[in-house]
Amino acid sequence: MIFDFGFALSIMPLLAKAALTTIFATICGFALAMIVGLAAAVARRYGGRGLALAVRFTAEFIRSTPLLVQIFFLFFLAPKIGITLPPLVAGILALGLHYGAYLAEVYRSGFEAVPKGQWEAAKALGLNRWLTLRLVVLRQAIQPIVPAMGNYFIAMFKETPLLSAIAVIELMASAKLIAAETFRYVEPVTLVGIFFLLMSAAGALLTRYAEQRLQIPR
Amino acid sequence: MSGSYLSQLLHGLAVTAEITAFAAVLATLLAVIGGVGLASPNFLLRGVSRFYVEIFRGTSLLVQLFWIYYVLPSFGLSLDPFAAGVAAIALNSGAYGAEAVRGAISALPRGQWEAAKALGLPRRVTLHKVILPQACIFLLPQWGNFLIESMKATAVVSFISIMDLSFVGYQINARTFDTITVYGLVLLIYFAFSQIIVVPARAAERRYRLRGIQTASRAERAA
Repeated sequence: MIFDFGFALSIMPLLAKAALTTIFATICGFALAMIVGLAAAVARRYGGRGLALAVRFTAEFIRSTPLLVQIFFLFFLAPKIGITLPPLVAGILALGLHYGAYLAEVYRSGFEAVPKGQWEAAKALGLNRWLTLRLVVLRQAIQPIVPAMGNYFIAMFKETPLLSAIAVIELMASAKLIAAETFRYVEPVTLVGIFFLLMSAAGALLTRYAEQRLQIPR
Repeated sequence: MSGSYLSQLLHGLAVTAEITAFAAVLATLLAVIGGVGLASPNFLLRGVSRFYVEIFRGTSLLVQLFWIYYVLPSFGLSLDPFAAGVAAIALNSGAYGAEAVRGAISALPRGQWEAAKALGLPRRVTLHKVILPQACIFLLPQWGNFLIESMKATAVVSFISIMDLSFVGYQINARTFDTITVYGLVLLIYFAFSQIIVVPARAAERRYRLRGIQTASRAERAA
């Protein structure tokens, strides 16, 4: 028998523990990416021309280079400038910055979906720029971008195994450790694959649910 | 000092470029075959394509690489690191591409199929001469990004000790701790490479978009 079910069952608790780290990194990374992406999109649209250009180039640069290299860069750079980052924190920062650059584009498409008249109407009602952005524009800009957000959330989730490169004991690292101790790769790696498959499917369902919940009544 | 880094890093770049080239060609082929399969009326073909796409889009690239490199030998198929790396990236990118090809095929007006049928063209000829050429023009703008995503994905091969750009950078950094210079250079090289990839893709897009617009406006006039 190539796939040993007894062995697979015995390593489940270890993998389950590591899965928590994977999920934690994804949630924190995505929360950060949502903030970074929003800041970048707002800076590009409502900041000055210089700021907009700088943000645009930085985002393009981040999107055109591999996440793995960015993870290493952040991890090794931090101690150079006098900050000790635990691997998990460095990994979450890298995930957040990388996906923030993608989410900036998503927010941008959301902003473009809000008609100019909404700004003008808010101004006529005496709302200032910040209140308009917060109460009027964001609310309408977010609903149509939920599906794209969901896709990036799932994509980020599937890239968390890269954190094993800086010794974060997430799922993939845990599977590798088990394999190194027992010389069995089939069960741990296959189980990790199945876990990702199930979680991706769950993520897709969750996205559809969120999309329906956020429907703006007209 | 940084001059000697550069020559080592460029050796790494050559490996990255080689893997990107093989993987990109294979991924494009897989995307077209998979996409045609997904849009096929044949139940079996559609099922097999759907299975391939869901498996490779639903799991993580690194997991796929490890599965191909470490687990497949248990089933009697041993690949060397280079072949395993190319296979993992091609299969992964190909699955994403297949979904895009399927989208392009189904976005074409039904009239294209019906007109071909009225002309007595068999399905295969319709696909080759009518549907795919139009789907390709539709897909060109995405193709540049598709190639960049495949190129970026090649960084994972350093996990199985292939001396690509990422791995060489990692080694130099481990030896010198000159992090800012080393990783700054690595990132710049990746960025330059992505720009080189994207230029021909954008040029092709400009060239063919004109024709696409012409055909579209002609169709509108006819309607």
